Amino acid sequence: MAAKVSYEEVEVGTELPAASFPVTRATLVQYAGASGDFNPIHWNDKFAKEVGLPDVIAHGMFTMAEAIRVVTDWAGDPAAVVEYGVRFTKPVVVPNDDEGALIEVSAKVAAKLDDNRVRVDLTATSAGQKVLGMSRAVVQLA
Amino acid sequence: MALDQSFVGRAYPPTEPYEVGREKIREFAEAVGDANPAYTDPEAAKDLGHPDVIAPPTFVFAITFKAAGAVIADPQLGLDYSRVVHGDQKFAYTRPVRAGDRLSVTSTIEAIKSMAGNDILDIRGEVHDATGEHVVTAWTKLVARAAEEG
Repeated sequence: MAAKVSYEEVEVGTELPAASFPVTRATLVQYAGASGDFNPIHWNDKFAKEVGLPDVIAHGMFTMAEAIRVVTDWAGDPAAVVEYGVRFTKPVVVPNDDEGALIEVSAKVAAKLDDNRVRVDLTATSAGQKVLGMSRAVVQLA
Repeated sequence: MALDQSFVGRAYPPTEPYEVGREKIREFAEAVGDANPAYTDPEAAKDLGHPDVIAPPTFVFAITFKAAGAVIADPQLGLDYSRVVHGDQKFAYTRPVRAGDRLSVTSTIEAIKSMAGNDILDIRGEVHDATGEHVVTAWTKLVARAAEEG
């Protein structure tokens, strides 16, 4: 484990570089294959609407995977993430067009813990809605 | 129908080992659009102190969720999977998952709650490698929405 950020240089409130992640229907099909999650609510309009969704939605685990990239890119070594948890509050609705949806992620240091660890709180939104709640990571810094 | 509280604490037998392959990690990293070389380049991973490429933090969910299938499909528990949504997800890592790992999962029902007619099921998956070393624990909260009055 070799985080490139040192514990000494961060403070409570330090913001991590924010990032935006586009997601289209093609992205969801690719993620379904890679993850093995073939639930039709992630690729079949008719099915999604039949079960009461506004449209096809992204896999919650896809959103979770994108959000933590803000932390792993900042820390340098993805293994610096020692804990990561989220609550799925709202779905990311992905329309069937070339643009799809955008997941916007920001993060900041919320607490300095023992052993050079920090707690990072993440915010993930799509179409102005918060899609993850209680989204927190514990990161081992140098 | 509320789930039987007596299932709290029930542990399911460890799964057959899942062998983590470099190309499966690459496929997952590409699917989430993450170009971090630690996921695809063994040399880059070694520079960070890892013996082989490592997997992105959420990669292991595919393995733990498959293992949780034993709980979800347990006819004695009687969960209505067609009404289930993923509520919360958490991971705590002892070390990252890496290529070459042979991972086995032990699933335990940690809690069963009933709120406003919804069944809430907390499943903990403990992931160990072939030597018995702990790799990661995954907590998955599933919510089975109340059936409509019929």
